[in-house]
Amino acid sequence: MVLSSADKNNVKACWGKIGSHAGEYGAEALERTFCSFPTTKTYFPHFDLSHGSAQVQAHGQKVADALTKAVAHINDLPNALSDLSDLHAYKLRVDPVNFKFLSHCLLVTLACHHPEEFTPAVHASLDKFFSAVSTVLTSKYR
Amino acid sequence: MVHFTAEEKAAITSLWGKVNVEEAGGEALGRLLVVYPWTQRFFDNFGNLSSTSAIMGNPKVKAHGKKVLTSFGDAIKNMDNLKGAFAKLSELHCDKLHVDPENFRLLGNVLVIILASHFGKEFTPDMQAMWQKLVAGVATALAHKYH
Repeated sequence: MVLSSADKNNVKACWGKIGSHAGEYGAEALERTFCSFPTTKTYFPHFDLSHGSAQVQAHGQKVADALTKAVAHINDLPNALSDLSDLHAYKLRVDPVNFKFLSHCLLVTLACHHPEEFTPAVHASLDKFFSAVSTVLTSKYR
Repeated sequence: MVHFTAEEKAAITSLWGKVNVEEAGGEALGRLLVVYPWTQRFFDNFGNLSSTSAIMGNPKVKAHGKKVLTSFGDAIKNMDNLKGAFAKLSELHCDKLHVDPENFRLLGNVLVIILASHFGKEFTPDMQAMWQKLVAGVATALAHKYH
């Protein structure tokens, strides 16, 4: 699976429009993931996962910042995300299935807040982008 | 077997009442074919699927999308017995159509995304969770008679 230049442009444009809301959306996507896919909560036994939790908000910001970095380095994701890839492989070891759940909830969040931007073509590009990021983050698992 | 509380049924039914099934059906199937192009394998006789606009504007896609989503509406009337409600369709999808059940999960998630884009803030995390349960239940019911 390859990100075409159209995909990259769609992702950059969409992420640019999100601007300072990225952290808020990251947190919302996490909340949606925990709500719809409760097994994902097993990775956060040390968190308060109630609605509005400061820990979830902070973590959402972290996820958003990493995605912002990925967008900025969309031509070289493996390098840009190498440290995060190590973290997920050797320390966090989040089962790969969970990246699909979070990616889906990121799409749901964006669709909720920016329906006009979220055309079929942009939807496809974002889905591919999140998939590419997920692949990099699980690339050193074994 | 998936179980829905009275509140969940009421919430799902209420949201569904506001959905334009014809439009949403076309959009759901169209987006499935755009976002996951390999799903086009089932629709060789649908004519022009060569671009995003061709797919989204294709009259056969719209018609078939409406058919699929109308059938989904039946699920909402039968939330206590999805397997029973979809038994015949399950056999059809296995024996005649040869559709990998993974495609039901993909379409279910596309539908959830469309509901999010239509309903915005109203599509809260709790509402999404109910719909994820429903689309998962429908996908499982449709796969139930596979052999």
